[in-house]
Amino acid sequence: MKNTILSFAFLFLANSFFSQSIEEIISKYHATIGGDKWTSVKSMLMTANVDAGGMMIPVEVVMMADGRMYTKINFQGQEIIQGAFDGETVWSTNFMTQKAEKAESDDTENTKRGAKSFPNALVTYKSQGYTPTLMGEESIDGVKCFKIKLDKKTQLSEGKEVPSVEYFYIDAENFVPILTETEIPTGEMKGKIAQTKYSDYQEVDGVMIAFSQSSGIKDGMSQNITFDKVLINTTVDEKTFKFPGN
Amino acid sequence: MVKQILVCLGVAMAFSAQAQNEKSLKASDFFGDLKARHIGPALMSGRVSDIEMHPSNSQIVYVGTAGGGVWKSIDGGVNFTSIFDKYCQSIGVVTVDPSDPDNTVWVGTGEVWTRNSVSMGDGIYKTSDGGKNWTKMGLEKSDRISSIQIDPKNSNIVYVGVLGALWGDSQERGVYKTTDGGKTWNKVFYVNEKTGCSELIMDPSNPQILYASFWEFRRTAYSFNSGGLSSALYKSTDGGATWNKIHNGFPSGKLGRIAVTVAPSNPQIVYAVIESEKAEQKGLYRSEDGGQNWKFLNGDFGLTVRPFYFSRITVDPKNSEVVVKAGLFGSISRDGGKTFKGLGAMHADIHDIAFDPFNSDKVFVATDGGLYRSLNKGTSMEMIENLPISQFYHVSVDDREPYFVYGGLQDNNSWFGPSASPGGIEARDWELVGQGDGFRVYPHPTKPHIVYSEMQGAEAVWRFDTKDQQLKVIKPYPVAGDPKLRFNWNAAITTSKHNPDRLLIGSQFLHVSNDMGNSWTKISPDLTTNDKTKQNQVESGGLSADNSGAENHCTIFTIAESPLNEKVMWVGTDDGNVQVTQDGGKTWSNVTLNVKGLPANTWCYHIEASIFGEGVAYAVFDGHTKNDYNAYVYKTTDFGKTWNSIATKEISTFARNIQEDYKNPNLLFLGTELGLYITLDGGISWSKFENNVPSVAIHYMEMHPKTNDLIIATHGRGIIILDDVTPLQALNSEITSKTLHFFDSKPFIMSEKSSFGGTSSEVQFVGENPKTSAQIKYVLPKRHTFGKMTMEILDMEGNVITTLQAGKQKGINTVEWGFNKQAPKVAKGKTIAGSAMFAPRVKAGKYKVRITKGNDVFEKEIEVQYDPKSPFTLEERSAQQKVTQELFDFTQKLAYLVYQIDSWDATVVEFNLKNSAPNKSVQTLNIELDELRDKLVVTKGDNYVGAGEPKLREKLGDIYSSVGSYFGAPSITQLANIQMLTLQFEEALKQFDKIKMGSLKAFEKQLSKNTTVLAPKISSFEEFLKMEK
Repeated sequence: MKNTILSFAFLFLANSFFSQSIEEIISKYHATIGGDKWTSVKSMLMTANVDAGGMMIPVEVVMMADGRMYTKINFQGQEIIQGAFDGETVWSTNFMTQKAEKAESDDTENTKRGAKSFPNALVTYKSQGYTPTLMGEESIDGVKCFKIKLDKKTQLSEGKEVPSVEYFYIDAENFVPILTETEIPTGEMKGKIAQTKYSDYQEVDGVMIAFSQSSGIKDGMSQNITFDKVLINTTVDEKTFKFPGN
Repeated sequence: MVKQILVCLGVAMAFSAQAQNEKSLKASDFFGDLKARHIGPALMSGRVSDIEMHPSNSQIVYVGTAGGGVWKSIDGGVNFTSIFDKYCQSIGVVTVDPSDPDNTVWVGTGEVWTRNSVSMGDGIYKTSDGGKNWTKMGLEKSDRISSIQIDPKNSNIVYVGVLGALWGDSQERGVYKTTDGGKTWNKVFYVNEKTGCSELIMDPSNPQILYASFWEFRRTAYSFNSGGLSSALYKSTDGGATWNKIHNGFPSGKLGRIAVTVAPSNPQIVYAVIESEKAEQKGLYRSEDGGQNWKFLNGDFGLTVRPFYFSRITVDPKNSEVVVKAGLFGSISRDGGKTFKGLGAMHADIHDIAFDPFNSDKVFVATDGGLYRSLNKGTSMEMIENLPISQFYHVSVDDREPYFVYGGLQDNNSWFGPSASPGGIEARDWELVGQGDGFRVYPHPTKPHIVYSEMQGAEAVWRFDTKDQQLKVIKPYPVAGDPKLRFNWNAAITTSKHNPDRLLIGSQFLHVSNDMGNSWTKISPDLTTNDKTKQNQVESGGLSADNSGAENHCTIFTIAESPLNEKVMWVGTDDGNVQVTQDGGKTWSNVTLNVKGLPANTWCYHIEASIFGEGVAYAVFDGHTKNDYNAYVYKTTDFGKTWNSIATKEISTFARNIQEDYKNPNLLFLGTELGLYITLDGGISWSKFENNVPSVAIHYMEMHPKTNDLIIATHGRGIIILDDVTPLQALNSEITSKTLHFFDSKPFIMSEKSSFGGTSSEVQFVGENPKTSAQIKYVLPKRHTFGKMTMEILDMEGNVITTLQAGKQKGINTVEWGFNKQAPKVAKGKTIAGSAMFAPRVKAGKYKVRITKGNDVFEKEIEVQYDPKSPFTLEERSAQQKVTQELFDFTQKLAYLVYQIDSWDATVVEFNLKNSAPNKSVQTLNIELDELRDKLVVTKGDNYVGAGEPKLREKLGDIYSSVGSYFGAPSITQLANIQMLTLQFEEALKQFDKIKMGSLKAFEKQLSKNTTVLAPKISSFEEFLKMEK
């Protein structure tokens, strides 16, 4: 009898770890990062100083719940916008001419399709009709993670519809993402895997934010950004998103 | 009650885990970001075994390689990326699912070109996302898979041709079929345990029709046989349910390997190349009725040569009369096989040919020397230069800084190249020092311009003076009274740690030369078993004689001289002997039988004579040539009287090489057929090291005593270097239980070399250089995920010099510091002054590293030194540092002046906006400020060719970065230029003072009367420096 109870207990323990459904994992992840509190988040303004070979460059990143966003670099009196999206156009400042230029139409269309993925596609997958699949477990940075493949329908690559997939590696103990991966759909780096690693999670107004994020190409170089400040629902200059030519 | 039990269970589990920890330290828990780098090279590339084209998108090409995994191109074969690193790197076949070609690809592992050095497979794999993720789909014991055919109408129906084991009998051969996408398999056709399916072809117009060639073959360490009565060509017309021999028109008697293919544009036309008993019947046969009748067409050498190695025929997808046959040079027919001519010049030994499905002029060819591309149907060929799949047999290193690596490759000569080179290690950095198949290459220990190399079977052993380009054959020849000398295909050679002019070579005897190979003395009797039944290589090959030397046996394979005592020498032989002498070769002890648990005659692949004791040695035995894939790794501490096995079940396959660390006797590296294993506890537990080391066959490793680098000779992925294993040397359970532990490090050397980088084109492979920055290393027992973690460099007075991004993963973390302080604050302008962003270097000396993790603070002192090889004196450096600092300060003072001007100018603008009738004095101030600013910074233009004329900021940035990036004293001209700029700045300061006393003072007065516009609050210089840039 005792043996039976012990076996049962062991099975229970083992099952609780190994047989969590994809829905349970995503649900726990969602709860860990703030759950429904995210519905009240309309904007996030994050600031950081990025070290570029000893030169500290101030960076401001703004993400809106409606998908608009920009990254602003303020440097030697120049304001350089990168990766801005005003709801219609994706654009950046050309470093050489210091003038705004539109991104390729594929980029704009793909950004539009992802605009409702706030704070990310794993949180909003149901409403967007995306399909998550639990691929198994994988160790990332020495942390046992659930590897989740999120099929996000399709995206454009050189004018053709191709699958849009994002991988989330969720810490199996703490239920926060350690790593996300996507395949670069177009351009010189087409086919390479873009990675972002997350750490320094801290709570801001009830939601959990990774203050440190390292982005780069798998097996290649990466650039870290560590935010010193994250403001939720602060006032954002609406004009900054807008493509100056519009 | 249940709760209590659960608690007890938890305690018990925790206790058990702790007890285990006390016994061993699992290395993989702490590898962290310790990561290997690949230096290739790719200039000679390596053997490609299979090519697969996407059927409807010719931009996508897959390449399966003999030992370097699977590579994918998405740009029509210009660039390739490795997509199979985690898995077995020996590839038999790659097949794209015709129904889902963008996503579903199958890989059958285990190369089928069964040369002596071929590796083995471990099953079949499938990806459903174009190669990003792979799942093993079974057939683990298949050993080598020749073909995968997928029903074009149903992806779940897949046929697999399993050639099977090369080195022994196996029932896992034949044709396998799945109807559920690989979940389950049925063996639908089997001949016998000696005969496997060497080719399986599907009729492109009818998936029920299959052709299967079966081959009776066997290799041993000392022989090869191709052919037998079981070899045959079969056809099924019912999806593999029944099979019939189709030999009408074929030769009778024993057959060997049969190549077969169907013309895609006319499936009734089938070609077969047959190896048969009679030479005149060997060659190409053609059927025009789906294999029912065959007609002999051609027996050219190009078609019949070495069938075990070349057995692929490809037909132009658009023209059934254009046939290409793999071979020594490759042959192409444009008349349906009646006549052939050679393919264009390229590396010999052609294994596969693939046509672009939409453009038959574009052809890819797989060779022993990489992948080639032709745009004119094989007439002229160009090599793909970014496939670093080179197959090294061995590696050695020299003493130079940076050190060079030396090694020989399968069918690709002998080479040496640097471990570091400006801009990366390029093709042009490698120097050729031997021809044929290359094996062991050694530099002379004290004269690195002298290099020893060899070719197969020691047909030649060379001493090459690379300085004077003098080449001498120095192999030991038999002399009167000698029997035939037996040298292994990969003959054992080594230099000596005790006598730089000494060279040791093994035939069946151990030969020593003390004059760089000019004269030789035998210092042993025959140390092998001298089993005559294993020395009949002239009969090797079966139906096609193949006495290349590859099967030479009963030879010495490894020689190890004790680094502590030159009289202690070990010898291991390919027929399983371990012999040791303690008197310089006068007497030898055969200690083979002392190795308990080792099957008889297991190939002694490597003996490592330890640095930790004269009687200490490691021996690695490789049984794969007897179909035994277990790892045999032993250690002795008493000159071989007793041996302890240090292999564990964690090692998944057979091993060839072991390398001990020179500082920590418990740290060992094991090279296996499926990658690198590391133990931290002398072999109690082993962990696979996968940080950029693929599951590749490792044939040899060397540890560099100066750098602590592990240099790995892989047989498929070139040379891989694991730089500086110092953290592994230091790891122990005490260290790993701390919240954070900094590793001690030698002083970091600031390199003072500059270069303009490399010259390789965008499509050439460039090997990765080692890091030249300070590598600050520490270990974390757990990943840092929550809360802040910061890292700073401080001087010894506690001033923060710069901040760094802390590594946060579990295990070893490496943070790079480029020895830089922070860059100066630069004046604002219309453009960006890039050169002013220069961050100067620190001086040599001691510094502190500080990590703040939550509330915990960890500090470690490090030392930075100037490059001792640098030509600069301390005085010169001091002059450079002084002037650089002055220019740094100058840059910031200029920034402060511009800040003040901008602040007042902004107030003027605001004033003008709010006052409809601006007065003249304000206008004067506005003009004066603009004029002054215009002298200091660029105020118009862009960051490229529309840039404005450089002003003081730009000129200052230019001289600042020029002086700062050189390591010696500034030149007189530079100093004079600085003096001129200083005068200009002083003049500007005077001008600003004048403005302040004049129009600015008047403006201040006006502001004091005006409540709508306030005078700017000008920060102090110190406050300004703290403001955001």
